[in-house]
Amino acid sequence: MSQDLFGIADSVLAQAKAGEQVEVLAGRSVDTEIRVYDGEVEKLTTAESAGVGVRVVVDGRMGFAYAGSLDADVLAEVLGEARDNAAFGDPDEHNGVAEPDGHGYAELGLFRPGLADVPTTKKIDLALELERAVKSADPRISGMESCDYSDGTAEVVVVTSTGIRSASEETYAYLSADAMAVDGDETQTGYWYTIGRDTSELDVEACAAEVAKRATQLLGATKPSTSRLTVVLDPFVTAQFLDILAFALSAENVLKGRSLFADRVGDEVASPLVTLVEDPTDTAAMTATEIDGEGLATRRTPLLDAGRLQGFLHDSYTARRMATTSTGSAVRGFSSTPHVGSRAMAIAPGAQTPEQLIAGIDDGVLIRGVSGLHSGVNPISGDFSTGADGLRISGGALGEPIKEFTIASTLQRMLHDVQAVGSDLTWLPMSAAGVTLVVGDVTVSGK
Amino acid sequence: VLDDGVIQRVLGTALRTGGDFAEVFVEDKRATSARLDDGRVEELSSGRDRGAGIRVVAGETTGYAHTADLSEDGLRAAADAAAAAARGGGGGERIVDLTRVTAPRPNEIAVLPETVAKAAKVELLMRANEAARAESGSIKQVSARVADSRRRILVANSDGLLAEDDQVRTLFSVQTVAAGDTGMQTGYETVGFTIGWELFDRHDVEEHARKVARQAVTKLGARPAPSGVMPVVIGPGGGGVLFHEACGHGLEADLVGKGASVFKGRVGEQVASPLITIIDDGTMPEEWGCFAIDDEGTPAQRNVLIQDGILTDYMWDHLRSKKEGRPRSGNGRRQSYQHLPMVRMTNTYLTAGNDSPDDIVAGTERGVYVKELGGGQVNTATGDFVFGMTEAFLIEDGKITEPIREGNLIGNGPEVLTKIDAVGDDFRMGNPGMCGKDGQGVPVGDGVPTLRVTELTVGGTAA
Repeated sequence: MSQDLFGIADSVLAQAKAGEQVEVLAGRSVDTEIRVYDGEVEKLTTAESAGVGVRVVVDGRMGFAYAGSLDADVLAEVLGEARDNAAFGDPDEHNGVAEPDGHGYAELGLFRPGLADVPTTKKIDLALELERAVKSADPRISGMESCDYSDGTAEVVVVTSTGIRSASEETYAYLSADAMAVDGDETQTGYWYTIGRDTSELDVEACAAEVAKRATQLLGATKPSTSRLTVVLDPFVTAQFLDILAFALSAENVLKGRSLFADRVGDEVASPLVTLVEDPTDTAAMTATEIDGEGLATRRTPLLDAGRLQGFLHDSYTARRMATTSTGSAVRGFSSTPHVGSRAMAIAPGAQTPEQLIAGIDDGVLIRGVSGLHSGVNPISGDFSTGADGLRISGGALGEPIKEFTIASTLQRMLHDVQAVGSDLTWLPMSAAGVTLVVGDVTVSGK
Repeated sequence: VLDDGVIQRVLGTALRTGGDFAEVFVEDKRATSARLDDGRVEELSSGRDRGAGIRVVAGETTGYAHTADLSEDGLRAAADAAAAAARGGGGGERIVDLTRVTAPRPNEIAVLPETVAKAAKVELLMRANEAARAESGSIKQVSARVADSRRRILVANSDGLLAEDDQVRTLFSVQTVAAGDTGMQTGYETVGFTIGWELFDRHDVEEHARKVARQAVTKLGARPAPSGVMPVVIGPGGGGVLFHEACGHGLEADLVGKGASVFKGRVGEQVASPLITIIDDGTMPEEWGCFAIDDEGTPAQRNVLIQDGILTDYMWDHLRSKKEGRPRSGNGRRQSYQHLPMVRMTNTYLTAGNDSPDDIVAGTERGVYVKELGGGQVNTATGDFVFGMTEAFLIEDGKITEPIREGNLIGNGPEVLTKIDAVGDDFRMGNPGMCGKDGQGVPVGDGVPTLRVTELTVGGTAA
């Protein structure tokens, strides 16, 4: 399949003029989305999408254009537009497309040909099976806000006038449900999912149990009083915080004065319990990929070692400007230029299970979910404040549910206040893996 | 964009498996943006997205397929795929007679952005950069972005409707970073309207940049936000997202229909303080969420959602309104041709009251004054919402005193609606928003006068 995309990308690249650097990214995906409701298919979408993004660098000036189509008349416009746009950018000697760096591409087996042979009826059945399993898991489940199956096959190629020519291909299948649970006149909701490279990796029963648990667990929750406490972050919550921390670990944000870690390489910026690595070649990550947005090989990059900052994530631009090498961390789709980002960060797990960690806490809160993270966290200042719900911990045991409170601190303080890391490393369909974290001295605002 | 005959044949193909309803949605969108960061114009970008989505409804099932191939063969292949996903009883092709519906445009576009030289776009960014940096030596970083889009859509369906729209939007934003002894703080503001380049005849980008610079510098001296339950006064314009989250989403008929809204079954009931009248209006000229037709071809409308505290109606899309046997409200929207439409807000606002804004602050012993709210989110099934304060101050002894650092506010929609005890006479619309629902983003507007909520939970770090 990629041969066809290479052909299209090469035909655009062939129009590059002398003195010009050109990069062409072409992508195509085939997706199916199914939503069921009350034992019937509510909607079924099938679609093929494709597009191309072109960067041109001339005399240090960069221009970009994209098209959500591979039609010849549209493709013909794209390079010319990018070239025209380049004339208006300010020159920067570090601008340029990536150069081959000799780093080998991992072979991760992210594409499963079997997915294409799964009939639509089988996909519908999986969603219906999940809906039934969630509804029968607990008598308090009152209905479903959504119960979805989706899958996709995506391929992408990157070719450049500097000699890069790389491709990756992957498949995924995903099942998720958002259920409501009712007790008296109180309603709570719970969401969970199961994901794999194809349908055989989906675990309907485990997913249904988790959805039902999350929906019913908060019934009867009350608002806690305001206090400073030890909090235990659920892996799902930890992963969301790591996603935000990635902002400060981007060399682009360091160069632009937006990172709270600028000038801190070698310093202890977190508790010695925290070792953090970015590794998109780890096949346990659903976000794993063999090539980055500039066509370079992805690779393992240590970020924090026992709390000490080891370095930053780079794309080819930041690497040139800081006289180092790219970490293969350019992230993009065809409709945007690359920027530095994380794909698969994980904290090295500790020795104790979440249960053992909770048993050691006299007075605290297990944070099960957070909301408003993106409006409540400022990754530049590090200030954060987010809505939360969870379970009270008292005398080493989980107690009553609580909701309608916020937790607040700064990212800088929270990293130093990590008191323990759980053994439960959990990969999630996000740019970071989760693990249970115990964090001291966090402000819980309630009544 | 397409010949009527082609549309008729595609609708015929879509109906061949016996669907009750079929629709063709065609979109051709061009977008350009220019971005300055770190003192340099880093990038100009131009994009084109063009394609069609075909929807077939049979009973309770909707089939959808989209394609970037606008040839008759490409469209008929998509129609076949959608028809295969939604099979009805009968079948057989039938010819739909199309009647062109023209809806009034909310406003004219004076200067199409595509006619503006790229050099002029870049120049705006440089002026903003210089103005922000000149405002204070503490400003260490400035980024600015100008973006415009022109989205032409065509909707035709098996009810015989054929309608078109041409939507032009222009947006300008500035972000600043200030650094001092206390670390780094940021300022951010975006303005945007459903108009063309005439935006810059009336909007001073340098003043905009200076204001955003002052925001960041002010926050360098800000105290940690307080924590706990207290009165919150929301300033005019900047707090419209409160109603978007606290009740807007809960009044979307698709969520109500699934029992996933705390407002289900409450039409006609007093759900809010009698001071509250909330309107969703897609016809508001120039506002970020306005249009001539929604993405199902229904003309934009002004809909009263809550009148003097009484819930009057939900917002509707084609499917829900048809099922309930009631008129459409013009709230069927979608991000692009790659998405199915669903119930979405347009411009949602709280109408002006009678109180003086100064009196509202003076009558508040201790609390928080929020000049600008950031993004938020809500769980419509429980009504619990959260949003960020991007610019806020303490109220002490009836006076706005010191700036406070960022924090979140949380509350419960139905509870908050009953706890509003003062509404000012100073209504204004706020800044443009991008509303996300079920993975789709659409442009929306909101607005409020000054108002006071007697109890909200402020999530700061100070005691």
